[in-house]
Amino acid sequence: MIKLDNVNKAFGSNQVLRGMTLEVPKGTSMVIIGGSGTGKSVALKCILGLIKPDSGSILVDGKPADSGDRDAFLARFGMLFQGGALFDSLPVWQNVAFRLMRGALKRPAEEAREIAIEKLRRVGLKPDVADRLPAELSGGMQKRVGLARAIAAEPEIIFFDEPTTGLDPIMAGVINDLIREIVVEMGATAMTITHDMTSVRAIADNIAMLHDGVIKWTGPVGQMDHSGDPYLDQFIHGRAEGPIEAVR
Amino acid sequence: MNPIALLARVGRLALDWLSAIGRVALFALSTLTHMLRPPFYGRETLTALLHIGWLSLPVVGLTAIFTGGALALQIYAGGARFNAEAVVPQIVAIGMVRELGPVLVGLMIAARVTSSIAAEIATMKVTEQIDALVTLSTNPMQYLVAPRVLAAFVTVPLLVGIGDIIGIAGGYAVAVHNLDFNAAAYLKNTVDFLEPLDIISSLVKGAAFGTLAALMGCYYGMQSGRGAQGVGRATKGSVEAAAVLILAANFLLTGAFFSV
Repeated sequence: MIKLDNVNKAFGSNQVLRGMTLEVPKGTSMVIIGGSGTGKSVALKCILGLIKPDSGSILVDGKPADSGDRDAFLARFGMLFQGGALFDSLPVWQNVAFRLMRGALKRPAEEAREIAIEKLRRVGLKPDVADRLPAELSGGMQKRVGLARAIAAEPEIIFFDEPTTGLDPIMAGVINDLIREIVVEMGATAMTITHDMTSVRAIADNIAMLHDGVIKWTGPVGQMDHSGDPYLDQFIHGRAEGPIEAVR
Repeated sequence: MNPIALLARVGRLALDWLSAIGRVALFALSTLTHMLRPPFYGRETLTALLHIGWLSLPVVGLTAIFTGGALALQIYAGGARFNAEAVVPQIVAIGMVRELGPVLVGLMIAARVTSSIAAEIATMKVTEQIDALVTLSTNPMQYLVAPRVLAAFVTVPLLVGIGDIIGIAGGYAVAVHNLDFNAAAYLKNTVDFLEPLDIISSLVKGAAFGTLAALMGCYYGMQSGRGAQGVGRATKGSVEAAAVLILAANFLLTGAFFSV
């Protein structure tokens, strides 16, 4: 289980998280929604330790996220970044197998390559993509490679940062289905941040509405349409009028 | 302006400078510790050796040969004013080895390598590749910074040595073919006049300048702001800082080696 308790984070005078509290039960898929600049990515980065929160606590399976062996902690995570964040200088298979070629999980290059090709196949890419450079791939293919990299070491927890942003609706649907399948198949705990309501309905077990640095509403995805929460209602129906100011 | 406000502004400026120096010093210290402790990334180091050393050879060679040639012409023309044309081989040798070789190679490395390192790392930062490295249990200081600084520390002295030789050869070619110097006498004068300390100082300067150049590229890349503007600023700042530090270090090292 991932538990954020009263987490605060400011960048200079810009207070991004204002006491964010959230629980993500093990083996479930939590989707965090909210407008741009409300702190969704910051929350994920705080859990991973990429950003240090100013106050509050973050527990992963009851242990503080910032204590213990950092490599062992990070080895439990996989992350799909918004833009893919593939390493330009490495061919696709080395991107996917990056974790398997270094550190505690290091394997022989041949074995790492085989695993990479298997993961690429899992996300619907042919083996001949393996030797290409990321710049030679389309946005959708890069996203899939990023997904393959996120699952390559079979992590317990996977984060997806805007997995369908910039993709056409069909490719977005493919990525949504892949995420759902992979999470169910691996039994992983997933946290996704997105604006895409189609993604929310396809991926989520639970959702959390983040606005102004705090969780306004959280609950099962099935209750989302009848939550009675004005922030969530406005967001999921995309209305300009409501408590969320359209001009921010 | 109110004198107190002026004092406050000067104070703030001084504090900003001091904190910047502190940040760079801490970064350098962190780089050193990451260079000395495992894991060592052999492939990344070899790639950096290739990019910084081997691929810089053409630009270093061209810079050195033209500088050596121009130096020979200048010394000949200048020396003619007081009948000292014969000192061309000695001054070309000492000028190239002690000063122009290391400084010009250092500045060319700042232009070519520092900018490239800063732009590459800054782009990686902007596109979240640095964050991705961390989530993949890889320390960016160890994976990106240490190999580049180590490679520059090792290869730039070699480039300086090669630049010195090519520069002297450029002076030799001009002196022998344009200024009617005797080839054998020119070489003998060059070899006889150079002392081991000249060569040692040249190589030490090369190591220092290479380290500074790579360090500035990595530092500005890692500190880059967002977007294309952030990458541009990081690249520009890195080259400016590397060039100024190289010239300042040259002054200090020259003083340390040759002050009387």
